[in-house]
Amino acid sequence: MLATAIVMFREVLEAALIIAIVLSASKGIAARGRWVAAGIGFGLAGASLVAVLAANIASSYSGNGQAIMNAVILLSAVLMLTWHTVWMSAHGRELAAELSAVSADVQTGKRPLAALLIVTMAAVMREGSEAVLFLWAIAAGGEQRIAMTLGGAGGLVAGVLVGLLLYRGLLRIPARYFFSVTGWLIILLASGLAAQAAGFLNQAGLLPALGNTIWNTSDILSQSSIVGQLLHILVGYVARPSGIELVFYGATLGIILILLRMQKRSRARGGKVRASTEASA
Amino acid sequence: MSVRILSRILSACVLAAVMLQAAVASAADTVPVLTIDGKQFVPQNLPIAAGVKQKLIIRNTGTIPAEFESYDLSREIVVPAHSEVTIYIGPLKTGSYHYFNDFNRAMQGTVTVTAAKGN
Repeated sequence: MLATAIVMFREVLEAALIIAIVLSASKGIAARGRWVAAGIGFGLAGASLVAVLAANIASSYSGNGQAIMNAVILLSAVLMLTWHTVWMSAHGRELAAELSAVSADVQTGKRPLAALLIVTMAAVMREGSEAVLFLWAIAAGGEQRIAMTLGGAGGLVAGVLVGLLLYRGLLRIPARYFFSVTGWLIILLASGLAAQAAGFLNQAGLLPALGNTIWNTSDILSQSSIVGQLLHILVGYVARPSGIELVFYGATLGIILILLRMQKRSRARGGKVRASTEASA
Repeated sequence: MSVRILSRILSACVLAAVMLQAAVASAADTVPVLTIDGKQFVPQNLPIAAGVKQKLIIRNTGTIPAEFESYDLSREIVVPAHSEVTIYIGPLKTGSYHYFNDFNRAMQGTVTVTAAKGN
């Protein structure tokens, strides 16, 4: 029962933490809850579909279908997180200040709600399909069915609770630092997910490893430990990273930072007009 | 005349097909298979040569889905019941690399990487 709870907890945790981060990072955007809820719904439907088709997916692309699918899901999440970060860096301050004169982008449909939906869906779908398969295995197993089901439910609840705790904790960050903290969390999260995608593409034989163990910190911080696991989810910690994982991590981090800088510069150029409207508000 | 050409083409095709089949068969022979039989990985200690990109088939003969996972190899793949998946590992340095079934951690084993012959 405990073993079941732990497996479920681990599967749920990643999705829960990702949702907690995007949900808090988009604080102030109207209707974000509805879009995230829709993302969870679509994610669960997708996860069930993936679980049902698991055998077909596994045998597709000469046995590499699953790794390719995971890479695609992860990379789409990375793209959406990038869009989200750049958008929030432009409008976060307006949202935080709850100005009456929020820019047209915030009021009209240009909010990154689709990004929220897709990131949530990707997180739930990827981890959820494994959780569904696992629960299915238990249900099919027959032995100690009730105890195992209880364990699974316990793990699910615990995972959601940790996500909720992170969300509540993040919301307590003082307004002054709030959007820079959540912004950095999203950037590191996206970089970590990109590195994971690289790992999957390498696993499928589509990308070279570029060195399998660039460094090994398993003795200092094992990836199977709780802290190692949390850091893996949050900032992409890998105890024995391969070269290609580092390349994807660094490239994603670099590209997002460049986009943010470009965006800031273009805002500074058009800042005079904006400044006068903000002053009047 | 045309019949002779046709028969030649036909026999060439048959020959090519036979050769191709043989090539596929010999390639399949060299791919190590890690079997999950519902209780344990077989073999529990899988020898691999160092310095080469190695294809590996993971076959689940049991009725319960498994997830082959390794932090050491940075690999993670669900292996549904009664099916098999392919992964690539390496090129690796010599040493041992731990792996486990994430759905049932009582199942675990190691990949032992040794220097390739002739190195």
